[in-house]
Amino acid sequence: MGVEKKRFLNQLEAEGLKQVVPDDFPGKVIPGGNGGNIVVTTLDSVINWGRSNSLWPLYFGTSCCAIEMMQTGAPKHDFSRFGFEVARPSARQADLIIIAGTIVNKMGPVLRRLYDQMAEPKYVIAMGACAISGGPFYYNSYSVIKGADHVIPVDVYVPGCPPRPEALLEGMIMLQQKIKTENMKHKVNPIDGFDEGKV
Amino acid sequence: MTNQEVKNKIKTEEYFVNMGPQHPAAHGVLRLLLTIDGEIIKNVEPDLGYIHRSIEKMCERDSYQQIVHLTDRMDYLSSHINNEAVCLTVEKALELEVSDRVKVIRTIISELTRLASHQLWWGVMGMDLGALTTYFYAFRDREMINDIFEETCGARLTMNYNVPGGLMFDIHPNFVKRTKEFIKHFKTKLPEYDRLLTGNVIFEKRTKGVGILTKEDAISYGVSGPVARGSGFASDVRKHHPYSAYDRVDFKEILFTEGDTYSRYKVRIAEMWESMSIIEQLIDNIPEGNIKETTKAVIKLPKGEFYQRVETARGELGVYINSTGTKNPYRVKFRSPGFSNLSVLNHITKGVKIADLVATMASFDFVIPDIDR
Amino acid sequence: MKNEDLQSIINGFSDNLEFSTEASEFLNVVVPKEQLHNICNQLKSNSSLKFDYAFCITGMDWGKDLGVIYHLESTELKHQIVVKVMVDDRENPVLDSVHDIWQTAEFHELEVYDFFGIKFNKHPKLRRLFLTPDWDGFPLRKDYVDEANMIVK
Repeated sequence: MGVEKKRFLNQLEAEGLKQVVPDDFPGKVIPGGNGGNIVVTTLDSVINWGRSNSLWPLYFGTSCCAIEMMQTGAPKHDFSRFGFEVARPSARQADLIIIAGTIVNKMGPVLRRLYDQMAEPKYVIAMGACAISGGPFYYNSYSVIKGADHVIPVDVYVPGCPPRPEALLEGMIMLQQKIKTENMKHKVNPIDGFDEGKV
Repeated sequence: MTNQEVKNKIKTEEYFVNMGPQHPAAHGVLRLLLTIDGEIIKNVEPDLGYIHRSIEKMCERDSYQQIVHLTDRMDYLSSHINNEAVCLTVEKALELEVSDRVKVIRTIISELTRLASHQLWWGVMGMDLGALTTYFYAFRDREMINDIFEETCGARLTMNYNVPGGLMFDIHPNFVKRTKEFIKHFKTKLPEYDRLLTGNVIFEKRTKGVGILTKEDAISYGVSGPVARGSGFASDVRKHHPYSAYDRVDFKEILFTEGDTYSRYKVRIAEMWESMSIIEQLIDNIPEGNIKETTKAVIKLPKGEFYQRVETARGELGVYINSTGTKNPYRVKFRSPGFSNLSVLNHITKGVKIADLVATMASFDFVIPDIDR
Repeated sequence: MKNEDLQSIINGFSDNLEFSTEASEFLNVVVPKEQLHNICNQLKSNSSLKFDYAFCITGMDWGKDLGVIYHLESTELKHQIVVKVMVDDRENPVLDSVHDIWQTAEFHELEVYDFFGIKFNKHPKLRRLFLTPDWDGFPLRKDYVDEANMIVK
């Protein structure tokens, strides 16, 4: 029996917990020490820290903004510096939809379905004028939805037509800040109470 | 049991697979309804309209200056060329002759746009076939062109630099210098592109003999652009119906005759060299002249029908304007290259595997808002 | 080939064709709808015309008539022509499909059907291409009103 294991067992004995580690336990038991390697924090901070720095975006480019979104992921701007590294083609593996482009009436149900397929917690960034309000297609257009927030709830709006990659990065960092202030206990599902409008 | 007996016993069934509208290899929101037997494709039925933004209807209520900015959003990778098409149509109708300076600058920026578009296509084609490196290479070099555009007209992608009668403002003093720097830089990078994909065994096996389009089919299906030229159909509008400054530069029309995915790839790579040569011929002697001819604040076209064809990075773009003499057009139609090119997809992908469909689609270089308008 | 020569050849196909070059850079031919398929067939097969490339097919609403405009080119002889066909029945407009002459028409006719509601005889599968199958009306017609989606400026 090694010195460390003995010390650990002695410590356990003092606390009346000896039965926890059997004598014939084969592995090496590392003692907890006197609390030197324990971080004391709230659970929310840890979880939010982890979540905000590993957001996986879904590829959701419908038009021009998609090119700037790709450019944001490309060498010069490189959103993987901020933890957006893994862009996913499937909604089931993603935490975040970046709506890059116009949403038209035919696409609306598809967007809603993708959103519903994502696991909680989930976030949405509306990138560009079209996703915010219909943009240049607001007037006289019979098929464009005037803003993606008529379909799903949006967390961050990034204006521009299309926005520069730096603007999208700024929006993504704002989303991280929002996540860092969240409280797990009181977090509500964003789709609850969402105004789905009249059909 | 012999193999034949097993084959007779096992029954297979055709089934439908939805490819898209949210699919990474569809380059946007294209939806294909595939009828497949095992892995073999029996039928491809495109379902469009997931980004149909009613641009043609909107044009009927807009003035001619306002139409220009809508065309940016159609084929956003050739935004400058789209703008030019509308402006050329309006100028043709007004019988307005723009200065040589405008013509040359338009041509240079068109070719830069084409280079940027082909770079992006090269990047995503590699990505569709499973090579991520191409994406990083292409987007690194593309950023230089974006910087040139940004300095000249303030936007990186949807530039809206053309107006009927000329250009919105003069080029930036750094334009010539930076364009030359880019050409010098890209001349060293393009052979690198070649070394990465062109001679690659996996890439050649994935593309050679895949998705063969014959010349007769290309003409009958109205295919244009690099896709048509990969099949030997000489369809380059720049050559056959020259506009702007294309009649004063010397360039080759790239033609390959195999008609497979690989030859379409080769056409675009060769076109990048040609584009660079066109820019080099023009960049040193941009003539002096007016940057914008004066037009009325409210442009009214004479009564009649006007048609202008230009060559975008994807093929032939046609702008049809029917005017009744008022400040709004009566009908505007954009003959988009992607729409006609898509119509041939079902024909050439019958009997191939799904992975080959992805390779073929990558070589067609679809931009979905261009198809849907 | 010059427009006058084109006109003289095409004039031989049928009696009631109308030609005009007014306010257009191309020679315009207005074809009666019954003869559309026949004339188009001859335009392609005639050895001195050879219009094999339909580079633009446009649906059109002239206010009273609906119709289609075909921009044709010969890839070999390099001449162009515009063929127009009109149908005055706005309730149930029907034209002949030309997809067996120029394959690209199959797709373009779907577009025309979607936006103008013109039906095409012998089209392999006429369906809504851009809009949802339950879409009401044909949006590029001049009398189209959509109060739900359209914010008119």
